[in-house]
Amino acid sequence: MSTHAYDDSHEEQIGHSEAGVEQKHLGEKTADWADGRLGIYSLAKANLRKIFPDHWSFMLGEICLYSFIIIILTGVYLTLFFQPSMGEVIYHGSYTPLQGIKMSEAYESALNISFDVRGGLLIRQIHHWAAIVFVAAMLVHMMRVFFTGAFRKPREINWLFGFLLLFLGMFDGFMGYSLPDDLLSGTGIRFMEGAILSVPLVGTYLQMFLYGGQFPGNDIIPRFFTIHVLLIPGIMLGLLVAHLILVFYHKHTQFAGPGRTEKNVVGMPLMPVYMAKAGGFFFLVFGVIAFVSAIASVNPIWAYGPYRPDQVSTDAQPDWYMGFSEGLIRIMPGWEIRAWGHTLELGVFIPLVVFGLMFVVIAIYPFLEGWITGDKREHHILDRPRNAPVRTGLGVAWIAEYLILLVGGGNDLFATHLHMSIDAITWTCRILFFVGPVVAFMVTKRWCMGLQRKDKDKILHGRETGTIKRLPHGEFIEVHAQLPQEELFRLTAHEQQAPAQLPPAVDENGVKRKVGAVAKLRAKLSAGYFGPQSQIAKPTAEEHAEITAGHGHH
Amino acid sequence: MTSQDNMSEEHLPEATHGHGGGPVVSKDGYFADPGLPPHEHRRTDIDEKAARRAERQVATWFLLSMLATVGFIASYVIFKPGPTHHVYIWPVGDVSPLNFALGVTLGISLFAIGAGAVHWARTLMSDEEHIAERHPIESSPEVREQVFADFRQGAKESGFGRRKLIRNTMIGAMAMVPLSAVVLFRDLGPLPEKKLDTTGWKAGMLLKNMNTGEPIKASDVQVGSLTFAMPQDLSEDDEDFQVRIAKDALMLVRLQPGDIKDKNSAAWGYEGVLAFSKICTHVGCPISLYEQQTHHVLCPCHQSTFDLSDGARVIFGPAGHPLPQLQIGVDSTGNLEALNGFTVPVGPGFWERSE
Repeated sequence: MSTHAYDDSHEEQIGHSEAGVEQKHLGEKTADWADGRLGIYSLAKANLRKIFPDHWSFMLGEICLYSFIIIILTGVYLTLFFQPSMGEVIYHGSYTPLQGIKMSEAYESALNISFDVRGGLLIRQIHHWAAIVFVAAMLVHMMRVFFTGAFRKPREINWLFGFLLLFLGMFDGFMGYSLPDDLLSGTGIRFMEGAILSVPLVGTYLQMFLYGGQFPGNDIIPRFFTIHVLLIPGIMLGLLVAHLILVFYHKHTQFAGPGRTEKNVVGMPLMPVYMAKAGGFFFLVFGVIAFVSAIASVNPIWAYGPYRPDQVSTDAQPDWYMGFSEGLIRIMPGWEIRAWGHTLELGVFIPLVVFGLMFVVIAIYPFLEGWITGDKREHHILDRPRNAPVRTGLGVAWIAEYLILLVGGGNDLFATHLHMSIDAITWTCRILFFVGPVVAFMVTKRWCMGLQRKDKDKILHGRETGTIKRLPHGEFIEVHAQLPQEELFRLTAHEQQAPAQLPPAVDENGVKRKVGAVAKLRAKLSAGYFGPQSQIAKPTAEEHAEITAGHGHH
Repeated sequence: MTSQDNMSEEHLPEATHGHGGGPVVSKDGYFADPGLPPHEHRRTDIDEKAARRAERQVATWFLLSMLATVGFIASYVIFKPGPTHHVYIWPVGDVSPLNFALGVTLGISLFAIGAGAVHWARTLMSDEEHIAERHPIESSPEVREQVFADFRQGAKESGFGRRKLIRNTMIGAMAMVPLSAVVLFRDLGPLPEKKLDTTGWKAGMLLKNMNTGEPIKASDVQVGSLTFAMPQDLSEDDEDFQVRIAKDALMLVRLQPGDIKDKNSAAWGYEGVLAFSKICTHVGCPISLYEQQTHHVLCPCHQSTFDLSDGARVIFGPAGHPLPQLQIGVDSTGNLEALNGFTVPVGPGFWERSE
């Protein structure tokens, strides 16, 4: 199945070697030099023509990778001009409204980057926009992996790496927009202080150690800087490399289709097709972000003014990816337990715990599903979301919760822009917090079942052709056309697992068997995943033959 | 031929053809895999003219990128930075010409490289699909056995399991050595002690207007106004201004004495002038939205709402307790002064906070 291009290059190589060692191509010589020291040829042999399958959703991960690279490149540039210091100075820069105002060196240098360094504003905006795109792309990429079941064995560990990247990425974003020490970001740091203080027993200690004393102190910006530019990106870079190595090592997943099996991967080679497509895509992403940064202002710190703990601007909002945590904190009632000389600030601490739980469920889901299904095999063929209704329902429930909290986090904006009562919005979000995900789950699951029925119908009765035929007795019917073999195979390629069975109540000796509560729970969950209410048995060829034969008689 | 190009039995249709043109049935009774469909040629594969046109298109993208880079450098030299330079560009609005020109040219120079590369890949590079084998990630049983045997031998040769004294002391040492690192973090900050319980307010301290820096005459505080104040001894030039104002910030309102529902709160005020901490008891944002007629104040961060006529009770939102009130009176010249410090900690709640 080799291509012409491949044959040509092969001949070319032979031609060169026949011409003698003396006339070796410079590139070849360099490669030989490197191979003699690093053994790169075995690596190249495995990867140069590595096959990657094609699907538009596979580029979502690329957006993450490229926006991360853009963040690193622009971030290094910004460190050359930024002063991560809370030392106070009087502003004498080119932005007249702030002339003579006392501010931190951090804020002053962020203003200078924006107004006095040529291109500084552009790089700052690219950095910020890329961060926004980065987190968004990670979330959407994660959804793709989740809804297609790409996290199943052998990819659970890579799911964890990706999860950690999302988690760290969000926090690094938070620290990044906190660094300029403007009025908005300072409010975010103040919020963090309150959240830390709410932790029982150790809250005040954590707060004092992190801030180097009472809020705001002089240490938090330089400390955030080190964490933001060194500690977290360093860890993320390691995770990212590991994530990519595993993608190569496992080989990419693919959707079911003719010629595609669990034992192969069908697609185009890394060199040249994906080098050009993926390499080119980096420039597309970078280009679009640069263009957006030219026309759309993000985080105009000069408009907020320097941070002062006794001042605040209205509708203070975090960056969008922290919005759901803002929602948690806003819709929580102000519960507080005061007893024995202590205060348990539940109104802040519960949201903090729920915030953590929302991440924990993401991290553990592959292991949970693996335990319920008891499936120990490798999976390289992706599920269509409709064929895994419970998983799809759970995913949509999580997204619904996320969106409800996002609305809760912007309750003031919804109130002012839509002329609604903030109390009503907050109360709606409180109720939806519990009801919304359940409804979303049920609707999604039924929707998936409907789609499964539609698939079955299509297989058995064929595709609607739009041709209307009138029968001799006057009845009008629409002519259905049989699906081609490729389509029949594609729609039935997924396997349907039977629910796990509990062992019989009595064993072979007639002795009553003890079945633990865990085993019972697992059987119940398995029935939920694979029972008749979650999967429509896919039609067999026999059913198909019967129905088509039946059609013939009419 | 690479290994990926080998077609193994598994990729061939599983079963023999059905009779009568019906679908091919697989061994398990479903529909058989028809195998990879034949490659369909694109126009550029068979028409050299189309291929040459695609080549020109790709080259045009790359040329555009070069032009844009020249434009970027030119913009860097031509346009001036700073807030005073701005120009209206429809439909974006008022923008810095430097930022706009640099961003657009950089965007084009990058995007054009990407567009060219992708167009090249899609039109001129082979789009023939290849099949590569997957191999199980799991190692073979032989390898597994070998690894276990090697490990057992290594463990045996180390004597780790047999020499318990070495094992236990080593685990002890390894467990203890990180303690040094933990200890090193002690100086990150001071211990909390009672720092969060007190503020800079003390009995006899005058209230200073945040805007004018002057003492506040009780008679100057109008009904319906909201005034921000700080302690007399605090100045914006102080080294610790940020830390102190984070706790000492005060807001003053004057209500009709008859409107004050909480009698204790009224008693701590002076002729209807009440002084409350400005720091929200939720997570510490400064409260600054005052609804004059209802005497409600709203925190702009998370919408906690306090009723200043009722001892700053929480009437909505996530805050857990009322805003602390400062007991005030007037000195001999009629200036407002604190009669006492805050009796409860200001700001967000914390574990050691007692009330």
